[in-house]
Amino acid sequence: MAKITMTVNGRQVSGQCDDRTLLVHFIRENLGLTGTHVGCDTSQCGACVVHMDGKSVKSCSTLAAQAAGSDITTIEGLAANGELHPVQAAFKANHGLQCGFCTPGMVMTAVDMIRRHGGQLDEATVRAELEGNICRCTGYHNIVKSILAAAAEMGGARVAAE
Amino acid sequence: MYETQYHRASSIQDAVKLRQAAGEGKYLSGGMTLIPTMKQRLAAPTDLVDVRQISEMKGITVSGRTVRIGAATTHFEVASSAELAAVCPAIAGLASHIGDPHVRHMGTIGGSIANNDPAADYPSAMLALDATIVTDRREIAAGDFFTGLFETALEDGELVTAVTFEAPAKAAYQKFANPASRYAMTGVFVARRDNGDVRVAVTGAGSNGVFRHKGMEAALSAQWSPDALAGVTVDPSDLLSDIHADASYRANLVKVMAKRAVAAA
Repeated sequence: MAKITMTVNGRQVSGQCDDRTLLVHFIRENLGLTGTHVGCDTSQCGACVVHMDGKSVKSCSTLAAQAAGSDITTIEGLAANGELHPVQAAFKANHGLQCGFCTPGMVMTAVDMIRRHGGQLDEATVRAELEGNICRCTGYHNIVKSILAAAAEMGGARVAAE
Repeated sequence: MYETQYHRASSIQDAVKLRQAAGEGKYLSGGMTLIPTMKQRLAAPTDLVDVRQISEMKGITVSGRTVRIGAATTHFEVASSAELAAVCPAIAGLASHIGDPHVRHMGTIGGSIANNDPAADYPSAMLALDATIVTDRREIAAGDFFTGLFETALEDGELVTAVTFEAPAKAAYQKFANPASRYAMTGVFVARRDNGDVRVAVTGAGSNGVFRHKGMEAALSAQWSPDALAGVTVDPSDLLSDIHADASYRANLVKVMAKRAVAAA
C-alpha cells in the first residue's frame, strides 16, 4: 500500500492503494468519481480516457502510482458553474450518444482533439483520431458531427457534411 | 494483476540502481504494452522501475543531420516534432500511426524498441536507419540489437536511454495495418543514403522478428524506383502465418509495402 497524491479536477486528493492499482480504479473507487468507465479493460475501447497533465490517456492502462503528482481531469471536471462544457453541449445537441457508456471517453477524447487541432479539425481527422474509442450504438456519425460542431463553436472549424 | 512494487527513478543511475536492487524487476516506460500484459497475468514483475520522468531520457535533438531521441520520448512527441520532421519525416510519420492518440501520449520509443514486438513499427525504422541504440552502459548497432521475437541484445538490467542516427537522404515507412489491432501485418521502412546505399527493413512479417531484405536493397541500390522491385522474390518460408494472413500473403505484402514506401520517399 502506498499513499498517492495527485490533483484531480483542480483539487488535491490523496488515497491509499496498492502499487498495482490502476488509475481508473483509483478514480472510481478511492475518489468516487464514477463518470470514468471501464469498458473493455484491454486498452481497446477508450471509455476510460482522462487527461493527465493536459493529454488524453487510457486510465485502465496506467497505474495510479504512475499518475502520482500529476494533474488529472475527468469527465466530472469539464462542466463549470453548472454549465456544460461546449463539447458536452454539442454531444447533447447533436444526439452524439445512445446508451452513453462510451460517452465520457468520447468527450474527453474530443476535448483533447480540439485542443490539438483547433480550427484545422476536419471530418477525416476526427474519424482517424477516434481510432482508440469504440462506440457500439451510434455508428459514429453523430459523434463526429458533435465533435465538429464543438470545434466550430470553440475555434471555428468546418461543420460536417450531413 | 499480481502484486508489484512501484519505484519512480529520478535519473538513469537511479533507475539502474533500483532495478539491480529489485528481484524479478522490469523497467516501466509508458506501460502501453507492459501494463496490459501484467493485467492479463502474462507478466508478473516483482518490481517496476518507472523511467518515464527521467529528464535526461526525454526529448529530441537534431544537430545537422544527426538525430538523438531520448528513450522516454513519447510517440506523440516524435510525431509532432517540427525539428525531426525537417530532417526525417519518415520516422515522424511512423510514430503518428502507432496505436491511437491516447497510446501515443504515453508510449515511448525506448519502450517499443526494448520490447521488440515482431509487429511493432519502430524496430524497422531503427534497422533501416542504421541507428545506434544507446544504453546505460554501451552503444549497440540496431543490426545487433534485435535478436528475435521479443528478444534483444539487452543484458539483464540494461536500460535503453536513447537512440541516435544520421538522417537519410530519402526514407519512408508504409504499413498494412491489421484492421482490428492496427499493428503492422507487414510494415516496410526504406532508407537511402547520399552515397546511394539503401536499407530495407521489414516488420510484422518475419517469423523471427524484424529483418532486412538484401534482395530488395540490392535492387534499389542499383535503381531507386518502385519498378526496380518488380523482379525481386520474397521467400515466404521465414514469414509468419496466422489467422490474419498466411506467409505467402505476407510475402506479397512485403513487396507491395516496399514499392509504396519507395514511391512515398
